[in-house]
Amino acid sequence: MKRTLAVAALATVAFAGAAEARDQIRIVGSSTVFPFASKVVEQYGKTTSFKTPVIESTGSGGGFKLFCAGVGVDHPDITNASRAIKSSEVETCAKNGVNKITEITIGFDGIVVADAKNGPTFNVSRKDLYLALAKTVPDPKGGDKLVPNPYKTWKDVNASLPANEIEVLGPPPTSGTRDAFTELVMDAGCAEFPALKALSKSDPKAFQAACQGIREDGAYIEAGENDTLIVNKLVENTKALGIFGYSFLDQNADKIKGAHIDGVAPTFENISSGKYPVSRPLFFYVKGEHVGVIPGIKEYVAEFTSEAAIGADGYLPQIGLIPLTADKLKAAKDAGKALPTNVK
Amino acid sequence: MSEMTVEPGQGGARTRALVAAGIGRRYRAERRFRLFGLVAIVSALVFMALLFASIIGKGYTAFVQTEIRLPISYDVAVIDPDGVRDAAEMRRANYGKLYRDGIQSLFPTVESRNDRRLLNGLVSSGATFEIRDAVISSPDLIGKKAEIWVPASDDVDMLVKGRVDRNEPEGTRRVTDKEIAWVDALQKDGRLESRFNWRFFTQGDSREPELAGIWGAVAGSFLTMLVTLVLSFPLGVATAVYLEEFAPKNRWTDVIEVNINNLAAIPSIVFGLLGLAVFLQFFGLPRSAPLVGGLVLTLMTLPTIIIAARVSLKSVPPSIREAALGLGASKMQMVTNDVLPLAMPGILTGTIIGMGRALGETAPLLMIGMVAFIVDIPHGFTDPATALPVQIYIWADSAERAFVERTSAAIMVLLAFLIVMNAAAVILRSRFERRW
Repeated sequence: MKRTLAVAALATVAFAGAAEARDQIRIVGSSTVFPFASKVVEQYGKTTSFKTPVIESTGSGGGFKLFCAGVGVDHPDITNASRAIKSSEVETCAKNGVNKITEITIGFDGIVVADAKNGPTFNVSRKDLYLALAKTVPDPKGGDKLVPNPYKTWKDVNASLPANEIEVLGPPPTSGTRDAFTELVMDAGCAEFPALKALSKSDPKAFQAACQGIREDGAYIEAGENDTLIVNKLVENTKALGIFGYSFLDQNADKIKGAHIDGVAPTFENISSGKYPVSRPLFFYVKGEHVGVIPGIKEYVAEFTSEAAIGADGYLPQIGLIPLTADKLKAAKDAGKALPTNVK
Repeated sequence: MSEMTVEPGQGGARTRALVAAGIGRRYRAERRFRLFGLVAIVSALVFMALLFASIIGKGYTAFVQTEIRLPISYDVAVIDPDGVRDAAEMRRANYGKLYRDGIQSLFPTVESRNDRRLLNGLVSSGATFEIRDAVISSPDLIGKKAEIWVPASDDVDMLVKGRVDRNEPEGTRRVTDKEIAWVDALQKDGRLESRFNWRFFTQGDSREPELAGIWGAVAGSFLTMLVTLVLSFPLGVATAVYLEEFAPKNRWTDVIEVNINNLAAIPSIVFGLLGLAVFLQFFGLPRSAPLVGGLVLTLMTLPTIIIAARVSLKSVPPSIREAALGLGASKMQMVTNDVLPLAMPGILTGTIIGMGRALGETAPLLMIGMVAFIVDIPHGFTDPATALPVQIYIWADSAERAFVERTSAAIMVLLAFLIVMNAAAVILRSRFERRW
């Protein structure tokens, strides 16, 4: 009792000193955007007179949860996301008084399927990846019935692939990379089966259940959120494949190589031009209610949307961000200047 | 009982026979047991040696950093065109141009735009700020020419440290042939050297591996640990003294005791959730603050300290207490003058071990926002801060190869702190502990 009282008393004393206005921007959100945003934050902190903002890597979903929790110094000003805000999240925001949200697209991230440099060359289609990784697949003997995934090797999936056992290291379900992979690869691969494609129109929930489940029999290994770890494991095990963001392939090109997906190699140019099928836009969201209250938000957004940061020769593309096309870049810069309420 | 009644000689012979028959087996069992023990210890040592070898092997190179000596002409037109020496104005000047001109003056034959950009990339972008700080701290540099050591980019650093394979074909290598030729030329001129990496020990976090330092994390850990120590030590000792010396032994104290023992076994993330709900949401304390981190870690460390303190209080013989009371001391005097000093070495050992555990925690800090990218060094208990293990986690998850050695170096720093703390615990125990 004594202990609790003492702690409570101390906390109250500290609270009195800490509740004053905040003079530092607080950012939360996606772990994919985190390395890019932290670079901007550093640049901003060194070149302006404002304090360096604080960024927490909470994941896209966790970021929206904190962002939408309310208006005021206790709540973050900006959240980064590797997916667009969902309508349910917009509703939560509105319920808590967050109505002026600006969405700004900053670039693209490619999701690559890679293996060790001296491993076999993979040239897979999204259908192959779906068949290799889904929990249930259409019966290989024919018919539309879904059966538990019977495929053991890549050769079983597609005769042109090597006869290696299927072994893929990838992100866990909490990761935004996993969400994007499910949406861009599994759904697309799934939709190549006419019966399932029909299902996606008639019963989207059943389609999701059939297509988005990832097998749990050991062929897909959840390797945590640490992509460096996946890269190291690929070097040790040349038969395994790994799924992670493009920047890790870019930094480790001497150790690993990216598989061609639908015949397209995961290169900077292919992702940027949209040829590479597995890429997603990256965003950040600004809380309009905080602009002008928390000092420096406008300047931070201006730094993030500047040519020097996200332009084709900017410092973010140098660390693996895939830059926007010219018209989208202009749109991002304009949104960065005007901060319109463009999320409803 | 029949053996008891048998004649001693006969029974003795039988016992001896039984013993003789079993003795080989018993000796074998003992030898096996000793062998198992030895194998366990040797394999533990081997794994520890492997761990240390791997960490030190990867990390020792982070203590030096490749630097380039650039000739800089501190041009008045660039730094202070109005000639008023206004510090705020001078901070905004284009110092990037100064270092780019510097490196380009070393390679005047490089002309194409792309090659020049590649050449500029040899120098870390942090050079801009180091040149700026040099000018601000000694403004008489303006208008002069001088040489300055600036950090090389992380790719050059990795090349010089042999972490980039020169035999790798150019396409898959981080460093191009041209860059390698420039680096070799700089090295031949004595303009490129590996120097002690003071930035690693004085700077906060950075996205540029060559500029990233652990000082921000060390300061954050220090502030957090200070809060934890100041709160948990007196509270823990007071709780233990009360429960051991004053509290009546009844069902309530039993319940409290069981609860304290249970708290010691609770996973640390739960304390983080508690901290989020109580300190952040109820009391409205700031996120990412060492104050909140310290409070959460206090909750985690308290049971350890209470249990250790109670054990040491128990080990003080009752004769000491009786003697003190017999000489007319009050119970309070007995505790503060006799029992507590004798129990102190054990209490301190328990506290240090509890603090060591708290120093290595990340899970509870995740929920209260201390797992974050923070560049500024924290100076107070409410400044945003991170902690050493968190810094290790963030670096381990970064794509740049140069962060691998920095991760290992940060682990070495954390291990050094832990070893010092544990050594202090051992010394305290062996110096001051009294055996009865």
